[in-house]
Amino acid sequence: MANLSVEFVLQQLLNGISIGSIYALIALGYTMVYGIIQLINFAHGDVMMIGAYVGWYCTAVLHMPFLPALLTAMLACSLLGVVIERVAYKPLRRSTRLAALITAIGVSFFLEYGMMFLVSPQTRTFPPVFPQTIYHVGPLNIKYGDIVIITVTLALMALLTLVVKYTRIGKAMRAVSFDKDAAALMGIDVNNVISATFAIGSALAAAAGVLIGVYYNTIGPLMGIMPGLKAFVAAVLGGIGIIPGAMLGGLALGLTEVLVSAAGFSTWRDAGAFLILIVVLIVKPTGLLGANTREKV
Amino acid sequence: MRWTKYLIWLTAAAAVYGIVYLLAHVGIVSRFFLLTMVQICIYIIMALGLNLITGFTGQLSIGHAGFMSIGAYATGIFVVTFGKPVSAALTELWGDRGVTDVAYYIFILTSLAVGALAAALFGLLLGLPTLRLRGDYLAIATIGFGEIVRIVLLNTKALGGASGLPVKQSVDWATAYWLMLLSVVLVYNFVNSSHGRACISIRENEIAAETMGINTTKYKVMAFALGACFAGLAGGIYANHMYLVHPNSFGFLKSFEILVMVVLGGLGSVTGCILGAAVMTIMNNVLAPFPELRMIIISVLLVVMMIFRPNGLMGATELRLPFRRASATGAEEGSGHDL
Amino acid sequence: MTSERKPFLSIENLSQSFSGLKAVANFSMQMEEGELVGLIGPNGAGKTTVFNLLTGIYVPTEGSILFRGEKLNGLPAYKTAQRGIARTFQNIRLFADLSVADNVKIAYHQHVTHTALSSMLRLPGHFKNEEIMRDKALELLKVFQLEDKAEEQAKNLPYGQQRRLEIARAMATEPRLLLLDEPAAGMNPQETQELMALIRWLRETYKLTILLIEHDMALVMGVCERIYVLEYGMLLTVGTPEEVRGDRRVIDAYLGEEVT
Repeated sequence: MANLSVEFVLQQLLNGISIGSIYALIALGYTMVYGIIQLINFAHGDVMMIGAYVGWYCTAVLHMPFLPALLTAMLACSLLGVVIERVAYKPLRRSTRLAALITAIGVSFFLEYGMMFLVSPQTRTFPPVFPQTIYHVGPLNIKYGDIVIITVTLALMALLTLVVKYTRIGKAMRAVSFDKDAAALMGIDVNNVISATFAIGSALAAAAGVLIGVYYNTIGPLMGIMPGLKAFVAAVLGGIGIIPGAMLGGLALGLTEVLVSAAGFSTWRDAGAFLILIVVLIVKPTGLLGANTREKV
Repeated sequence: MRWTKYLIWLTAAAAVYGIVYLLAHVGIVSRFFLLTMVQICIYIIMALGLNLITGFTGQLSIGHAGFMSIGAYATGIFVVTFGKPVSAALTELWGDRGVTDVAYYIFILTSLAVGALAAALFGLLLGLPTLRLRGDYLAIATIGFGEIVRIVLLNTKALGGASGLPVKQSVDWATAYWLMLLSVVLVYNFVNSSHGRACISIRENEIAAETMGINTTKYKVMAFALGACFAGLAGGIYANHMYLVHPNSFGFLKSFEILVMVVLGGLGSVTGCILGAAVMTIMNNVLAPFPELRMIIISVLLVVMMIFRPNGLMGATELRLPFRRASATGAEEGSGHDL
Repeated sequence: MTSERKPFLSIENLSQSFSGLKAVANFSMQMEEGELVGLIGPNGAGKTTVFNLLTGIYVPTEGSILFRGEKLNGLPAYKTAQRGIARTFQNIRLFADLSVADNVKIAYHQHVTHTALSSMLRLPGHFKNEEIMRDKALELLKVFQLEDKAEEQAKNLPYGQQRRLEIARAMATEPRLLLLDEPAAGMNPQETQELMALIRWLRETYKLTILLIEHDMALVMGVCERIYVLEYGMLLTVGTPEEVRGDRRVIDAYLGEEVT
């Protein structure tokens, strides 16, 4: 807390926005899937991890530039997301919440330890895909990576908003999340919509994975657990099932974490995130942007 | 009539104890076998507690290892703080005689009770505010709780912090075994009573239960506190047997493993979760040299299980001995199926 | 029936709105002890909402509910049950995986006096209470002709028996006021006849006060002494079966639905 200058605060704010936008990208997938099939897709953080590995393979082994690598990772993970849904979640669509939740945790462990088995538990180093330039804007040090993260996130969020608002599949998604049976009666192919949701959510997670890889330089098979859990916290914070809520929640969480670290409690950072989670769940379980609903008797 | 059943079970339990004791004495069973046995006992107690919360009362909890760590640390600190002075005082009082050992053993049992009560207290504290949450939300809150406990312990220097808390070994397999049996009897008696049925009615239909005069909040908190209490007891046995208590031994993974035991065995089945805990512990130990493969097998098993047998191997039914099947609505049945 | 005596049940200006929509508006009703009253109205008129307000599942937005001189609104559902109000549900809410006997025993649970600890340790209190509970449950099941199904899972009973079990379960709470939400729904005429006889018998034997929602007009007109008619959450009229049957507004409200 030594030098609480304006520059320091602005710098932390910038870091918070960078981390927060990554959380937001992951949180979007959680929220979209929850909105459509009321499932907490625990494997989502691990899909992000796979995305990071695909991105690593593309850049480190195939020497692709950043953008093609990002797109390849997104494509690969959207396929993975669809496969996971079809194989593991679809047979459980009519079963209990507990069964679905446990399956999701099972898939999560399968991805984590399957990757460990395949590519060894060691962490890997991402090649420097960006110039290590640091721009000095006034008192601020802006890394090239910060700019990329924020730009990519904003672009993807804008794209997602457009897709959900204006395309056929986006409208179908909103219809299914409102009432699955009614949507089916109106001729919407619910299975396709659910697959599309998983594809889009997983692609966003893959993008987050690649961004984390290039930002922190190292990736590992268990890298998805903590960001995954925290992105879920972000989704709940904003109101699960609500797309703008996930963005807001992600940013809020990122900023809080940076604040806790900057105040000198960096080892307590994760506890802070979970404390926020519990408090939000108790005080307003529907999240910042959620509306209250009640069970019909 | 009801006492003959107790006698049969007690004889069987004593017979198992006698056989293992003899084999261990002669040296036929290895230390590894005895360690596995203690682990099985610890996990059975854990699974029983979680089954009360998730299987019988229907409240999804994935933070059970958090309660275990609270029990382990409470017991550990109690033993570390008072162990030496108590031991010294007892030796001064009675010298190096058997009565000293007995008294010290009572002290160790007290430490286990301290662990169990500390965990129960936390169960109460967590239970009260989070009970308004349903299903997934409660699960997430309990994960958060477990992680918070772990991080707080890691950051508390007074409790050993990241290097853990070393505790002398003073509980052997026999104590673990008898405490496990005691836990089984207590849980079985609870779920086969009016109070247990009140818990089950919440799982079956919360609104109907409330309308029939069941104070659902009270019973949910009771299930949470009782479940946490057993987890604390298991943690205490762990602390007194495993030499070192470390925050990372009680992470999300552990909570999840216990959930798997309960789910595989059967949500709402006492015998099922005993079976699940035993099978999983043995499998874990056999596959210990291949950690990745172990997790892959467990996760695939879990997904397949959820798809084809979502209520676990046993469902909510109990494994029964053939001679008990005769009484359907007889006097025995009405008094609750006693163990 | 004198005015000094407190009414058995008195609902004053009860209102309940869900995000702006008024499900029940300014509803008032009085019941004397021992009465058998019907509550009818077209679908969506707010009948079940009145039940949910009476049993503490919803907290009324406005108005008051006085039961035997005590204010009920704001009490949690289990406390209303303990004050002596029991109900059945329109969409059956049994404890599906449990045995028929256990369904009834759970409803009796509020009357047991032993603690959970005494059950865990199997102290004498446990056996005494469980025995009383078993006897009461079997007695009730006999009344409802379900005693030979006592050990079956509730979900495996045929539909009509599930409805009967719901009433049996409500009776196990030992209520003073019984609320029946469409008890005859899905029953054939013969089952409905038996149900009418059962309702009358229950009322005589247990000195019960009964309020019932029903679409089967033959049943309502056959057993009820007074009938309240709801429409759009508001009281349309109240009267004897004859008065209600002849009321122009009631016929209009039901136009297009089953009019008897």
